[in-house]
Amino acid sequence: MVEGRIAEEQAAYANILNIGMYLGLLALIVTFMVYVSGMLQSFVPVEELPKYWGMKAKDYVHALNAPTGWRWVAMIGKGDYLNFIGIAFLAGLTILCYLAILPILIRKKDTSYVVIAVFEVIVLLLAASGILKAGGH
Amino acid sequence: MSFPRDVFEFLTAASVAHARWDYEVSMNIVRNRRKLLMLFILLPILSVMLVEAAEIGRTASASGKPWWLWPLALFIVTFVLGILAVLGGVGGGVLFVPIVGGFFPFHLDFVRGAGLLVALSGALAAGPGLLKRNLASLRLAMPLALIASSAAIVGAMIGLALPTNIVQILLGATIIFIVIVMASAKKSDFPDIAQPDSLSQTLGIMGIYREESLGKDVEWSVHRTPQALVLFIFIGIMAGMFGLGAGWANVPVLNLVMGAPLKISVATSKFLLSITDASAAWIYLNEGAVLPIIAVPSIVGIMLGSIVGVKILAKARPRAIKWVVIGLLLFAGSRALLKGLGIWE
Repeated sequence: MVEGRIAEEQAAYANILNIGMYLGLLALIVTFMVYVSGMLQSFVPVEELPKYWGMKAKDYVHALNAPTGWRWVAMIGKGDYLNFIGIAFLAGLTILCYLAILPILIRKKDTSYVVIAVFEVIVLLLAASGILKAGGH
Repeated sequence: MSFPRDVFEFLTAASVAHARWDYEVSMNIVRNRRKLLMLFILLPILSVMLVEAAEIGRTASASGKPWWLWPLALFIVTFVLGILAVLGGVGGGVLFVPIVGGFFPFHLDFVRGAGLLVALSGALAAGPGLLKRNLASLRLAMPLALIASSAAIVGAMIGLALPTNIVQILLGATIIFIVIVMASAKKSDFPDIAQPDSLSQTLGIMGIYREESLGKDVEWSVHRTPQALVLFIFIGIMAGMFGLGAGWANVPVLNLVMGAPLKISVATSKFLLSITDASAAWIYLNEGAVLPIIAVPSIVGIMLGSIVGVKILAKARPRAIKWVVIGLLLFAGSRALLKGLGIWE
């Protein structure tokens, strides 16, 4: 093992990823169990899903007026959208890791990697924002 | 000492263990060759299992049987895929999308959304251990990830905008191309780097890791960084467009183009997916192309299958599984291609 030689920012990234990954997977499993147990009412009842899951995503959204972007946050009281907490957490974990290593890179005056990290955060935030939309039909 | 510390240490140890098998399995398979006999025995059995499991759900929806048969069928299939992915040395996503997309009635948009989350979860789970063992290099990954994750957004947007049959055709062609890469690509444990390129030197992309097989530390550096960055544009687009993990493309570029040692390439590739697939996953999530009823059983099924796959691997090394995986991919890729062309609905 050569853990002693690991760069400080790499170790910090690994630690946050480690904890976040377990939290995300735990959230995913717990919320899914709540969903399928029927403890919470779902936006689309699970029995009716087979009518819709063969549709293109765009048609599914139109047919059910399903939320896009971050509108799901307003619906986390519904069993199906409750699952998005874990999914969004896992998808956003990389942003947290990059934000955590930024101060280390700045302190080390590692300018090129500070720039790369900042741009990566911007790219991921842009993707997460919901501003970018697939066109066409 | 305290309970939180115990939990943290347990999670750290688990993460390292996960990374170790993930990496060792990949390394083991990467060097394997033939024994086609097992292919002929196993491939039909596994194909029948997959089709039968999918058929459970198909019958359920047609006959009004309980809804839960569907996620159950998906769980069974992804569990089998998880075993195969470990034994075959491929990412779960690359098997998941063509097989579930080809044999389940879910629209390809939802399958790709789930496929990205499957690949993302696997990469997130393996990432910490690989980084801590200094096998995945953050310094090597960051510039490539910036390019790949930006391109993956474009790929996801294109993939969701294109007509389904076009995506099916392109997916089928890509899967068949992956089969060719898997079957023919050479690997190099320790590529010769005559001179690191100026960009990699400026960025300080280099490292050192413990090579257990040699019993010594190995220093590494890379070359052809600008060419690799260009290639990662294409890799990112394909990852986003098809919802596939991109390890099949990452490893050859890192190893053969950039000259990173094979161990570093495999591990850094796995870690890279956690960034590339995250950006594409957001696009699918925001476009309403993620259904928890498809995504969650798939993630859990593949992860549990992977654990079983590792146990099998610890007792036996069925090397011919690589060829089973290649056969399955060829089958699923052909299915996607023919489905897209309207020949095999």
